[in-house]
Amino acid sequence: MIYDFFLKLFGNDVLAMLVSSLIPLFILVLPFTLVAVWLERKVSAHMQDRLGPMRVGWHGWLQTIADLIKLIQKEDIVATDNDKPLFNLAPILVFAGSYAAFAVIPLSSIFIGSNIDLGIFFIIGISGLVVAGILMAGWSSNNKYSLLGAMRSAAQIVSYEIPTILVVLTMVMITGTMNLRTLSEMQTGYFWNWMIFGGPDFGVAKFIFIPLMIAGFIIIYISTLAEVNRTPFDIPEAESELVSGYHTEYSGMKFAMFFLAEYANMFAVSVVVVALFLGGYQSPFGYLGNLFNAHWLIPIEQFFWFVAKGVFFVFVQMWLRWTLPRLRVDQLMALCWKYLIPIAFVNLLIVGIITVL
Amino acid sequence: MKEYLNNIWMGLTTVFIGMKVTLKHLFVPAVTIQYPDEKLTLPQRERNRLYVNMDDCIGCDQCARACPVDCITIETVKSLPTEDLGKTSNGKKKVLWVTQFDIDIAKCCYCQLCVFPCPTECIYMTDVYEFSEYERGNLLYNFITLTPQEVIEKKDNFAKFEAEKAAQKATAAAEAAKKKAEAAVNPEVKKTIAKPADKKEPGNEKPNSSASAGNNTAKENVNSNINQDKSSEEGKN
Amino acid sequence: MPVEIEENIKTKSGNLRTEEMILNMGPQHPSTHGVLRLELQLEGEVITKVIPHIGYLHRCFEKHAEAMTYPQVIPYTDRIDYLASMGNEFGYAVAVEKLLGIEIPERVEYIRVIMAELQRIASHLVALGTYGADIGAFTPFLFCFRDREKILNLFEITCGARLLYNYIWVGGLSHDLHPDFVRLAKEFTSYFKPKIKELNDLLSYNRIFTERTANVGILPVETAINFGVTGPMLRGSGLKWDLRKNDPYSVYNKFDFDIPVGQGLMGTVGDSWDRYFVRVLEMSESLKIIEQALEQLPEGDVTSAIPKRVKPPVGQVYARIENPRGELGYFIISNGTPNPFRVKVRGPSFVNLGVMDELCRGHMVADIITILGSVDIVLGEVDR
Repeated sequence: MIYDFFLKLFGNDVLAMLVSSLIPLFILVLPFTLVAVWLERKVSAHMQDRLGPMRVGWHGWLQTIADLIKLIQKEDIVATDNDKPLFNLAPILVFAGSYAAFAVIPLSSIFIGSNIDLGIFFIIGISGLVVAGILMAGWSSNNKYSLLGAMRSAAQIVSYEIPTILVVLTMVMITGTMNLRTLSEMQTGYFWNWMIFGGPDFGVAKFIFIPLMIAGFIIIYISTLAEVNRTPFDIPEAESELVSGYHTEYSGMKFAMFFLAEYANMFAVSVVVVALFLGGYQSPFGYLGNLFNAHWLIPIEQFFWFVAKGVFFVFVQMWLRWTLPRLRVDQLMALCWKYLIPIAFVNLLIVGIITVL
Repeated sequence: MKEYLNNIWMGLTTVFIGMKVTLKHLFVPAVTIQYPDEKLTLPQRERNRLYVNMDDCIGCDQCARACPVDCITIETVKSLPTEDLGKTSNGKKKVLWVTQFDIDIAKCCYCQLCVFPCPTECIYMTDVYEFSEYERGNLLYNFITLTPQEVIEKKDNFAKFEAEKAAQKATAAAEAAKKKAEAAVNPEVKKTIAKPADKKEPGNEKPNSSASAGNNTAKENVNSNINQDKSSEEGKN
Repeated sequence: MPVEIEENIKTKSGNLRTEEMILNMGPQHPSTHGVLRLELQLEGEVITKVIPHIGYLHRCFEKHAEAMTYPQVIPYTDRIDYLASMGNEFGYAVAVEKLLGIEIPERVEYIRVIMAELQRIASHLVALGTYGADIGAFTPFLFCFRDREKILNLFEITCGARLLYNYIWVGGLSHDLHPDFVRLAKEFTSYFKPKIKELNDLLSYNRIFTERTANVGILPVETAINFGVTGPMLRGSGLKWDLRKNDPYSVYNKFDFDIPVGQGLMGTVGDSWDRYFVRVLEMSESLKIIEQALEQLPEGDVTSAIPKRVKPPVGQVYARIENPRGELGYFIISNGTPNPFRVKVRGPSFVNLGVMDELCRGHMVADIITILGSVDIVLGEVDR
């Protein structure tokens, strides 16, 4: 719908496409990333009984902007032995991979960047760019520690994509579509229509699904946590072991890009989980717009619920980071291959059988 | 198989217990104090920067001797008998001019060992902790209350006084020597000379006993007696 | 020319050897708890040898002690193990008092015990907090330091300093207790008990933490005794040896407390989790001792037995106390002058560090941090 609006405005479909695909980026993701950095610092501080940034702006909300300005004016150091094309390209790839995932995520019922039928498949594919970017960063840094960190990170991301895909496959089996917009539409109504509570179709199947769906939700949450390299899976960035891993050698704006990409990635995966399991942009309680008969209010409400749910799950990710210690590399792999994948498979089988019946 | 399920169960429950603790702490008020705007009140016995109240200092050098890192340097000059330096707050009379009292606060290890030996409690530790300087030389604190000219003046005074005393002593000793030399010729005076010889230390007896023979006996006796008299005079001083 | 190349190739392929990689965890590393250089010889990711290089913090304590008088050495002993200063002063005072042969008022003994036990809790809080931070759990670190602030406040109202006290003097103490001290100390003990439980919930029983630390760095009891390891490391391996019970000094024989020992609850006996948990349990035992001492505190004058000039007779003495890190020993030789002739410190961290090589063989690089954290060294004590 927004695309049509811009088409009418500009009369040129390419321009309209360009603007409508950049909108989610500029009104949602970039501001969110800046806010997320501040939120993380405040959340971590209050969990640790301290205050966090307090001086720059009211309770420090301008701190991110101050950090960004500082990073921009820093010298961009490229060592002589670095592989320059790879070194310069790596942060761009990571950044692009993270932000491109937002193209297929429905922000509300009227707006989705690109309404393709391959929604989730596209997201999983684009996340592969991130792996390539990380490997390039580690290799071109010409640093033993960075290389170790990059290889571990790549191994981690690739392994944890498998449970993610298995759970996604489960959802696709139940709903029959890969389009995130359709998935969200299916979960209309109240919160008991959400997938995590068994799906919109009422019946015996719904109640059998609930424990399976909860298990699937936990599996996909843990796997996506590992995909974005957050504690307890942040071996690649572990400060005390490898002094910052694959982005040790980066300074200035490139480091800022890695940093922003991490938070955007966090938001992207939490939003995908929400879309799959918790109803996307649907409200749990019905719409105020329906109550007051103001139908133009509904998309705005949906946008609000979308952001709220996404932010809540990002908050849970931060909460986990500040509670749990780090897993060692081999334990990380053991968790993935010995625990998550078998359980995801069993989940898939049972759901498949029930769906067929 | 049982262990597998146990692992999963333990993993999930301990994670949730930990999360509960952290969530509880999210709502506990922070314990941080915003430093430049709010400052802690320090306890009364707090040991931060040293301070010396020069009005009470008698220049006894106990604090400099007690310091384990030798950060206190004290130099004193005796005052003339005519000068009155006043009394300290607990009634002791001051007799020394303190011409140098430097504390290198950069060396100080804040151990408080200098505070205890002070007889007038004039050196003590305050609760000042914000005394950073841009130049390292500014951390050498000078506590004396005399100006440099006064310091030179006091030293000169004392030097002059000493010189006068020495001169007086020299003339007095020369006169005494003259008198005794004249008296040594008279035999009566010899007997009176023998008395101080009794009080002589064994070390000084040697020249007397060794020089018993010869013409030089009288002179040496006189010389050694003069030496003895001088030392007894100085002992009295 | 072709012959040359052939020979080169032959020697090159004949001399195929897998080189061991030498990795240097340099003096400046976020997790080595100070300036310690660990030279690791790796084969792949597995460690074959660990060589610690020390001496980066050597400050010639023993040479300084020869130039100072006996009371002036105490600020220097503070700085040996700067996280447990009361322990150092205590050991030195016990040694010199043995040499002098003087009797100390009972109040002084009780206050010394209270201070030493408070210091034990503070030191263990640092050890546990930084251990958690190395493993990746950042929150317990801050909780431990917040609790430690309360202890440091108690010390501050008594003697004026938070870290390096110069409080326990030869023959007594420098100040008597502050009038508020007993009340604040009792408040602290009631405040701290639930905090230990919180620490256990958050860190000790956490599955990820136990996975990281259990069965890592197992120290068998015989090896520990052979290397001369003492303190929580030895108790973590299962041996019930504590100088406060086995060789009592001061008034420890009047208190009722237990010696926690590693039992292999989460893995084998003597692994890193055991050593960590022994420290947690020791904190609650110290609380017990503090409560009992506060109840039994007698009246008296704390400065009455301090000699004017400390001039011990000619002789030598070795006195040892239970520092939070192990057995701290002082060997003092006196030649009748006001300055000691020789003061040798047996630092527990120095001896405990020697067993690193044994512990780390066969583990991976990530485990070194775990093992080093459980040994709990302070470089001030290692290098003096």
